[in-house]
Amino acid sequence: MTLAEVLSVIEGRAISPDVDVSRTVSMACGADLMSDVLAFTHVGTLLLTGLTNPQVVRTAEMAGIVAIVFVRGKLPPRDTVALAEEKGIPLLASRYTMYETCGRLYQTGLPSCGLFRLTADGWPDEPAASRGRSD
Amino acid sequence: MLLTDRQEEKPAAGGTQAPEVTKLQELVYELKIEQVMTKEIITVSPDDSMRHLKEVLRLKRVSGAPVLRDDELVGIISIEDLIKALEAGQIDATVGQRMTADVHTVFADETIIQAVNKFARFGFGRLPVVDRQGKLVGMLTQGDVVRALLRQLEVDYHEEEIHRYRASHIFEDIVSDQTGLILRYKVEPRDFVRCGEAASKLKRALERLGATPASVRRIAVASYEAETNLVIHTTKGGELIAEIHPKRIRITAIDSGPGIPDVEQAMQAGYSTAPDWIRELGFGAGMGLNNIQACTDEMHLYSKVGVGTRLEVVINL
Repeated sequence: MTLAEVLSVIEGRAISPDVDVSRTVSMACGADLMSDVLAFTHVGTLLLTGLTNPQVVRTAEMAGIVAIVFVRGKLPPRDTVALAEEKGIPLLASRYTMYETCGRLYQTGLPSCGLFRLTADGWPDEPAASRGRSD
Repeated sequence: MLLTDRQEEKPAAGGTQAPEVTKLQELVYELKIEQVMTKEIITVSPDDSMRHLKEVLRLKRVSGAPVLRDDELVGIISIEDLIKALEAGQIDATVGQRMTADVHTVFADETIIQAVNKFARFGFGRLPVVDRQGKLVGMLTQGDVVRALLRQLEVDYHEEEIHRYRASHIFEDIVSDQTGLILRYKVEPRDFVRCGEAASKLKRALERLGATPASVRRIAVASYEAETNLVIHTTKGGELIAEIHPKRIRITAIDSGPGIPDVEQAMQAGYSTAPDWIRELGFGAGMGLNNIQACTDEMHLYSKVGVGTRLEVVINL
């Protein structure tokens, strides 16, 4: 999916000057916890977040994020924009909430970064029998 | 024109401009007109007819020519002047009657920014180039400028490629029984604005050394998390040391305190002692050490309260 398509789906606009909207993303991740972004994303990811501090850009740089979408129409501070420009990471803004921005993109077929093993079945220190599992 | 507008602009906030523009700006101020101009000049005389000019333009495949009388530049004439003469039925008029006598010129030893400015200001297609004695020594078109810039960019790009090539072959060029490259980065405590600079520089270095994108990502994430820990938790900061070998990289994050009371507890996912202001920035969720472990092939954490902490990770390339 190109950034131009992303912008049209989220009815957003580019914050960074001279964004190359022909760049493509192959998956997306919505998170405000940067450690999660570092842990679970892959090269080629579009990051959706409500945080606007420069560390979001640092995180994106380390994790190989293609572009960052700030949800709820948030405008990041200037130092965030400057760092993003230096690192060549386009910043975009969505007028929708995190939930709706993710939903809109997911609906058009942009996948997430992967599935997780369900660890919510029980706590690891409990004996297996008391977890109430049917299998 | 883009290039001339840019030079009057103040640097953007934060001083970050696209490197391509900076490179082009540098070039228009560096390249001399004499390096770029066409030296084989096709000239006409003011006594030539416009009919003759038509043949010159056609045969020499040029769109204009300087007009010389006894080696002295007296005017300039273009295909546009020819069309106007044709429209007016004056194909047999002399060049001297139809030419522009007020000629703008540039000096051969000026940089091409002078020419770019004149092209932009007056809308000229070509400019005669003269030496400081006023003698015509060449012609310069907008096409000459564009071609020269592209050629120069290509040369610079090629040099950059060679540079990259050399960096990636350091381990083959330098022979020893075991070659390693050590990069040390100082990390300041509580300086969250600059947090990530060390990891960023290390990432760039690994890219230059030709590491694969997947390895670069693992190393970048692990070193960024380690750097973040140094910024958040240490009293005096610390050091991030990368030891790069052809097949593996060892990263050590070392500090002088306060130390971790219970290393096992610190390793548990979700356990964190980070203050609220760090959490508000999207960090301090107790995921750092787990993230580092997930990205690396080996991880050792040694700590003593009051002495310091040493985190060592190894990533096989």
